[in-house]
Amino acid sequence: MILLIQYTILFASVLMLVALGGCFSEHSGVINLGLEGIMVMGALGGALTMKYLPEASGVFVIILAVIAVSILSGVLYSFLLAIAAINFKADQTLVGTAMNMLAAAAATVFVKAINMAENPDNVSATIQYIKPKEAFIVNIGSFQFNWFMLVALLALIAAHIVLYRTRFGLRLMACGEHPQAADSVGINVLKMRWAGVLISGMLGGLGGIVYITAGVSEWKFEVGVAGFGFLALAVMIFGQWKPVNIALAALLFGFFRALSNVYTGFPLLASLGLPGTIYNMMPYIISLVVLVFASTNSRAPKAEGIPYDKGTR
Amino acid sequence: MNQKEKVSFWSRPVVQSIAASVLCIIAGLILGYIVLAVINAKGAGEAIVTLLKNFMTYSAPAAQRKYLGNTLVKTAPLLMCALSIQFCYKVGLFNIGAAGQYVMGSGMALYAALSLKLPWFLCVLFAVCAGAVWGLIVGILKAYRNVNEVISGIMLNWIGLYLMNMLLTPVKEVASPYTEQVMKMNKAAILPSLGLGKLFSNNNYVTIAIPCTIIIAIIIWVIQNKTVFGYELRATGLNKDAAKYAGMKGNKNIILSLMIGGGLAGLGGAFLYLTGFEQWSVTQSSVPGMGFNGIAATFLGALHPIGTVFSSYFIQHITSGGAYIDKVVYPSQISDLISAIIIYLCAFVLFFKTFINARIRARQERDLEKVRAMREAEEGSVNREGGEQS
Repeated sequence: MILLIQYTILFASVLMLVALGGCFSEHSGVINLGLEGIMVMGALGGALTMKYLPEASGVFVIILAVIAVSILSGVLYSFLLAIAAINFKADQTLVGTAMNMLAAAAATVFVKAINMAENPDNVSATIQYIKPKEAFIVNIGSFQFNWFMLVALLALIAAHIVLYRTRFGLRLMACGEHPQAADSVGINVLKMRWAGVLISGMLGGLGGIVYITAGVSEWKFEVGVAGFGFLALAVMIFGQWKPVNIALAALLFGFFRALSNVYTGFPLLASLGLPGTIYNMMPYIISLVVLVFASTNSRAPKAEGIPYDKGTR
Repeated sequence: MNQKEKVSFWSRPVVQSIAASVLCIIAGLILGYIVLAVINAKGAGEAIVTLLKNFMTYSAPAAQRKYLGNTLVKTAPLLMCALSIQFCYKVGLFNIGAAGQYVMGSGMALYAALSLKLPWFLCVLFAVCAGAVWGLIVGILKAYRNVNEVISGIMLNWIGLYLMNMLLTPVKEVASPYTEQVMKMNKAAILPSLGLGKLFSNNNYVTIAIPCTIIIAIIIWVIQNKTVFGYELRATGLNKDAAKYAGMKGNKNIILSLMIGGGLAGLGGAFLYLTGFEQWSVTQSSVPGMGFNGIAATFLGALHPIGTVFSSYFIQHITSGGAYIDKVVYPSQISDLISAIIIYLCAFVLFFKTFINARIRARQERDLEKVRAMREAEEGSVNREGGEQS
């Protein structure tokens, strides 16, 4: 039972971080379908940091360095979306999709190249980080507390305050609702949208590293992040683009994702004799069902997906 | 005079599209070269050449023909996925679910062939229906529940993958995670070759699938450009509300086009797995890249059914070519990386075209201005002369 709670919180943290990222980007008016790719890049950055940090570095240093590098990788990668979608007015769906494919391919090529350089017989795209991963874990009884849970909580509080209590957040949301009006009162729409996309890169990158350290100690970069970026978008829609609702939605989705990791531990579920694949499918089915009910009265930012053109003012 | 002809040449949409696609390819290859050079500077140039040579790496013409056949066998499903995405994009829908529809088609074709022991045409029917149902779900959700087709498509990709893994587990080989060989277990399920294999040095995998895909591409072009249905679909894609106002049934068109798109992608699955070229691994944990490469082919083909035929071949050509790269030095996924870069660059095509058109228009205006100024000057002098005379 404790294991289920632990995994639920972990996966919920991932989904929440990434969904909050999507929320910032969409509130500024840019649909970020590239979150999946951003997660991969964040994960790659973090995993490489764990691999190359000297083993003797303190816990605090490891945590800070991994988080910083993941965030940085995510932000840098989100430049691709920002330049194309904001400055060049490209199709945001296409750019996002391209970013997802690019991240998966680039990460695979990159990790393979590193592995092959170390040992010519190792053609896998796997990075191991058994030892440094322990820095993130604190055992409280049989519950494994992970520092990332705290990070996610802080991100939630920060997101709520930034969006609703600061001038920046309110302006950001104005750019997603009615950019022409925002522009007419002197807000630089393009700059705000850049900010929104970069913040989503930050949170997406962070979500990526949390995802690949949740429950495993090595990652095969060929598989990317298994649609988690898109699950996060479903979480965001279910949460109606509001941070607190997103957190609740993330807990629900996290629960179903966690079930697939631990269902064998429950006599009741194990006795049902369902194949493991059913549990693997669960989060995706749930999100489809949820989308059916959450999308009709959607509170999506009105101008999302439409490139801003000063001429339309 | 010469200059004017040149202007009209560049302002043709076909020329612009081809130029944009070629630019994307060149830029993609250059970036790919840079990545290779970073990994290992020595063999980078050779690796890119290998990628582009693909089957021409072999010196014997017979071997070349055989491996050209293999590339074509894999181009067929890719082209079907690309056509699926193209068809939906014309209605303004981004059918990223083509990957899942392809998975459903592949899985159901194999299920019909291996479990039900049906002949090939029924297997194909199973595949088309499975793909169409997967597309239909996305369509209904989009039309009636306003669910973003990209997100529902991705979810269905994963559901389809796990579903097919489950369905095919009973017909897998005992010692491996792969499904039984169709060629051995049910020969009647193999697509007929009609002697096409002989053209490719007895490559048994070359079947009617390859000419069929090209015929389908042409049919799609006809439907989109010469029929009322196609006109309605395009109108819905350009402006859903205007189409509705003109009396077209937007929702019906959305659902129908996703269903057709799904059927096309599903057919693609059958076109690959009913040749016996590949076996399905029931333990695979990531959605096959065919549908995603289809996105690359669609956009590189400038969203035109015939353009897609060529771009699909190109994408598959470099993907197959990736297998010949020196694996001791470079990862073979480099071709995936190049396709991904190409898709990203395709996003700039619209900007590229607007830019060119704006320049052409600016130049035309300047020319017009010049002509007008000249005429005014002439008229002015004529008037003046007239004034003097009176």
